[in-house]
Amino acid sequence: MARIDLVDLAHSYGGNDAPQESFALKPVTMTWRQGGAYALLGPSGCGKTTLLNVISGIITPSRGKILFDGQDITPLSTQKRNIAQVFQFPVIYDTMTVGENLAFPLKNRGVAKADIDKRVTEIARLLDLEPYLNRKATRLTADAKQKISLGRGLVRNDVAAVLFDEPLTVIDPELKWQLRSKLKALHRELDLTMIYVTHDQTEALTFADTVVVMHDGRVVQSGTPAELFDKPAHTFVGYFIGSPGMNIIPAEVRGREARIDGHTIALNRSYDNLPAGKKIEIGVRPEFVDVVAPASGLLTAKIERIDDLGRIRFARVRVGEAKLAARAPSGFTSSDGSAGLKFDPSHVHVYADSLLVEGAA
Amino acid sequence: MDKTINQKAWFLVLPVFLVVAFSAVLPLMTVVNYSMQDTFGNNQFFWNGVGWFKELLDPSTDLGGRFLASLGRNLLFSAIILAIEVPLGIVVALSMPRDGWSVAACLVILALPLLIPWNVVGTIWQIFGRPDIGLLGYVLNSIGIDYNYVSNALDAWITVIVMDVWHWTSLVALLCYAGLKSIPEAYYQAAQIDGASRWAVFKAIQLPKMNRVLLIAVLLRFMDSFMIYTEPFVVTGGGPGNSTTFVSIELVKIALGQFDLGKAAALSLVYNLIILIVCWVFYTVMTNAGAERRPVEGGA
Repeated sequence: MARIDLVDLAHSYGGNDAPQESFALKPVTMTWRQGGAYALLGPSGCGKTTLLNVISGIITPSRGKILFDGQDITPLSTQKRNIAQVFQFPVIYDTMTVGENLAFPLKNRGVAKADIDKRVTEIARLLDLEPYLNRKATRLTADAKQKISLGRGLVRNDVAAVLFDEPLTVIDPELKWQLRSKLKALHRELDLTMIYVTHDQTEALTFADTVVVMHDGRVVQSGTPAELFDKPAHTFVGYFIGSPGMNIIPAEVRGREARIDGHTIALNRSYDNLPAGKKIEIGVRPEFVDVVAPASGLLTAKIERIDDLGRIRFARVRVGEAKLAARAPSGFTSSDGSAGLKFDPSHVHVYADSLLVEGAA
Repeated sequence: MDKTINQKAWFLVLPVFLVVAFSAVLPLMTVVNYSMQDTFGNNQFFWNGVGWFKELLDPSTDLGGRFLASLGRNLLFSAIILAIEVPLGIVVALSMPRDGWSVAACLVILALPLLIPWNVVGTIWQIFGRPDIGLLGYVLNSIGIDYNYVSNALDAWITVIVMDVWHWTSLVALLCYAGLKSIPEAYYQAAQIDGASRWAVFKAIQLPKMNRVLLIAVLLRFMDSFMIYTEPFVVTGGGPGNSTTFVSIELVKIALGQFDLGKAAALSLVYNLIILIVCWVFYTVMTNAGAERRPVEGGA
């Protein structure tokens, strides 16, 4: 059990002298508190697995330090770090039974036989693996195998953190839910720091209380699911999280107004000192834009199609060059394919070069 | 549903049937025919029934004695080379680099002995081991080790075994290497996290994952060594005495040396049968080992 601090941590597969733009993991400083459930979320190749491997010690970072409870463990090998890791594909030892698999880490550490047995039974009960203890591990299904991998981490009572590297990739959708709730339950029960890598936003948002979104080797935002939804710090977070993603529209912003296509949209805050020469965009989630009948004072848009998601309908519209998604209230129809867009000013954000700008009240 | 009866398909099978008949069945039946008869040349044959087979399995007769002795030598030879080549091949495969340019270099060097024709291998070792002009034989003798594969049976055995190990360990190593390469990196990482020692990694991950290729390696090496002919024939000619006369060498001696076609035919059939049985046993073991891997749901 430990708090994990990353201090100016960075990694380049090309060595420390490579230009920083090419780093797989760009310098990051952050703290993960003991007992937290964290998700590292991002598309393939964004550096999330690199970060995970740096923490587990499989990769030695080119730069920076990792502290467990304030202790620098950067030079320590994986064995000495007291972490557990569950990989994308289940790793089990073929020739051993489930029980032997679970006992393996303890046996390697020279724990007494009686203690091993006690601990293995305890963990097997926790993971519902008890009936299989004497079965050969190869003959189980993928989800049971993933539970064994997890169990091998949990049997050690000195684990500082459990790392998950997209552990549900090979699990059937129906079992994914079960296994994920099992993980949440274990997290509550054992008070462990858990770090979960995934590219699936649903998985991340349901598992974690803090989601760390990564993009192009950088941590672009770290916050609760609600924060990521309401106030994305980066346009990438905006359109990566949410379905459909956030609308990002180039605009001219002056004071409390944004101008798009000759029309003015009111903003909740004042943006007077926007940096010059940067690309200014506004971002608004489809949930906070309504398509209504065209009227003066509203931005007019051309409706391309309406997606009915059952619970909610989203209209795909076009304003000049920009494509947007907007909520289509029930009962809305358009005779000529044109509509007006009504924005909720409190949810319209302003971005300069993709980064959120906090306006003045 | 009416099914049109079309027997024309049989014509498509016919060519294969004919080729197999001429290439395998007819020659085999000729051998079966010979094995029941005795001949004194001049194309004169006399019926002997199962006489040769009875003799073959009776150690008190000349034929049976020679056959069983050579069979024993052959089994001993196979056992020894398996006991050396399999562990050695595993060690070689484990110590090979996992990536980089050196992999290609290692593979080429390992593959070299496999590319040399059998009788060239025999010739190489025949000359290499000669006490008068061979590098190995000369050096051994000059440092005071009395080594002569022509006169000493033990030396002859050592030479033949070392030659086989030199020639074929690469095959085992290459197969094992392929097995090792197929182990995902995550296994090693997980073992590291589990605090496994080098030996535990070998026992828990590498050996089980090499299981199948090892079975193939053992099968191939057993078959090949059980049928060995060319190399020992070139090096020792089966001597000194009969000490390195393996079954195939004995067979050629009987068939071509003494022109005892009946005895030779009977011996070939028994020899063939032994190989077929061993093949079948290996095959069964291998397929069963594969079946065990299926998950419970798949039925098994």
